[in-house]
Amino acid sequence: MQNRNRTAWIFLAPMTVVLVLVAAWPLGRTIWFSFTDANINDLGAMQFVGLANYFGEFGLFANPYYTDGFWASDWGISILNTLKFAVVSVSLETLLGLGVALLLNQEFKGRNWVRAAVLVPWAIPTIVSAKMWGWMLNDQFGILNQYMLDWGLIAEKIAWTAQPEYALWTVVAVDVWKTTPFMALLILAALQTLPKDCYEAARVDGVHPLRVFWKVTLPLIRPALMVAVIFRLLDALRVFDLIYVLTSNNNSTISMSGFVRREMVDNGYMGYGSAASTALFLIIGLCTIAAIKLGRMKLAED
Amino acid sequence: MKTPLFWRVALYLTATVVVVVSVFPFIYAVSTSLKTGAALFEPVLWPSSVTLGNYVSLFTVAEQPFGRHIINSIMVSVLVVLISLFLGVTASYALGRISFKGRGLLLTTILAVSMFPQVAVLAGMFELIRFMGLYNKALGLVLPYMIFTLPFTVWVLTTFMKQLPKELEEAAIMDGCSAWRIIWSVFLPLLWPALVSTGLLAFIAAWNEFLFALTFVLDNNERTVPVSIALISGASKYDIPWGNIMAASVLVTVPLLVLVLVFQKKIVSGLTAGAVKG
Repeated sequence: MQNRNRTAWIFLAPMTVVLVLVAAWPLGRTIWFSFTDANINDLGAMQFVGLANYFGEFGLFANPYYTDGFWASDWGISILNTLKFAVVSVSLETLLGLGVALLLNQEFKGRNWVRAAVLVPWAIPTIVSAKMWGWMLNDQFGILNQYMLDWGLIAEKIAWTAQPEYALWTVVAVDVWKTTPFMALLILAALQTLPKDCYEAARVDGVHPLRVFWKVTLPLIRPALMVAVIFRLLDALRVFDLIYVLTSNNNSTISMSGFVRREMVDNGYMGYGSAASTALFLIIGLCTIAAIKLGRMKLAED
Repeated sequence: MKTPLFWRVALYLTATVVVVVSVFPFIYAVSTSLKTGAALFEPVLWPSSVTLGNYVSLFTVAEQPFGRHIINSIMVSVLVVLISLFLGVTASYALGRISFKGRGLLLTTILAVSMFPQVAVLAGMFELIRFMGLYNKALGLVLPYMIFTLPFTVWVLTTFMKQLPKELEEAAIMDGCSAWRIIWSVFLPLLWPALVSTGLLAFIAAWNEFLFALTFVLDNNERTVPVSIALISGASKYDIPWGNIMAASVLVTVPLLVLVLVFQKKIVSGLTAGAVKG
């Protein structure tokens, strides 16, 4: 037995070493940087500044120069943007994913073709989908602008990715397009594990399909649904590439990850950026714990 | 069993809408990539004349060595897959087949790593990469990419490893096989479907990664394709070469599409093993 234990640790060692090197160590260093005034161009000169990056004069929170209030500052806007993006896109993806999964769970001719087509958006790299949609929504030459104009949906062509009132929702729409397949596939996998006899019984008893869905299907797939939603939510909270490319990273749509990168790399304020990334890390951690607790509690009720 | 006609019509209509919405953007990207000159700016689906000029100029214009970028991306992604699979198989043998103290805690930690945001390690990773002399080198990206491929690979392979029959291993131990031999000759042949699906997912993740690639590599020759596409630009801000951008997009997407469609079932089983069982 002693021997087995040793074997286990020998086989775990390489993976553990790599994970410590690429995850634990850099995370620890980043948190440490957040208490310093490090600049990316001269790391040697950094000095310990305590909580100044968080609560100091130029800190993230309680900054006296936020004359229009915290939520109007770039940092506040990036938090709001990220939360809006995550909540709205994940909700829409769940609803649409459920719909597509139910569709793919039906027997009909050409179902395999539909399933293959649904995988296409998921297989396209995020940067490519950002560019594709950016082009289709182009304010002058975009084909979608043209279609909407032709069909009388809009009165004039709109700069979907540049105008602040539309830009964030355009990002949400593209993300929904790209990630609904992921949701649909996970839900479909759960649907296909459901026992058939239950549905036979309901059909024989003449129960309305909607009622069957509400009372049988949904409760049965809820655990899988919860896992998928949590996964997507965590993914959405760290959004960066889609926003960075689609809206040219402008201030009205910046996400928390985008804010961190801008401060850290573009402006060089590594300490300040690290404080923002540590705050993001904590927010995501809290969301995870809350989501798991919520999921467990609901599961326990059944 | 007869289903009402209107129900079947609705079904096919929905299916058609789903297919069109899923596929249209890519078809339009292909169409744009074949247009040139003034035709680019006519918002119509079918190009009036077809040219491969956009593809050719991707490889001939010197400021944007796109061929180089593709080779960089392939090297990085293949290395990431090989290393993650090797580390994943060895670790999942210990995690899936041997019950030792701290196994549950270790698995939870690994899962936690896969969930945390990449920017949370950005500053520390920047320092580490510079310290190791990997800054500005495409191959240096292999290191940060482990942070999202490794936890996933270990997790999925562990669930597959657990399902393998115990008798096989016992027989091998009876025959005096070392743990290495057991993994290599007994388990690996059984694990290959799982290896294919996790390997593919790791490849896709590495191929698509943007944040680290944008931050840790500034040299124009060392870039990977996502950054390359994001940075394709024309002479001025208002002169964006959409034809080239779409040609590049099509080129990097087609291999992925083929992989995903060919290995559809494997990928879905990998995803669900990672998520549902996780």
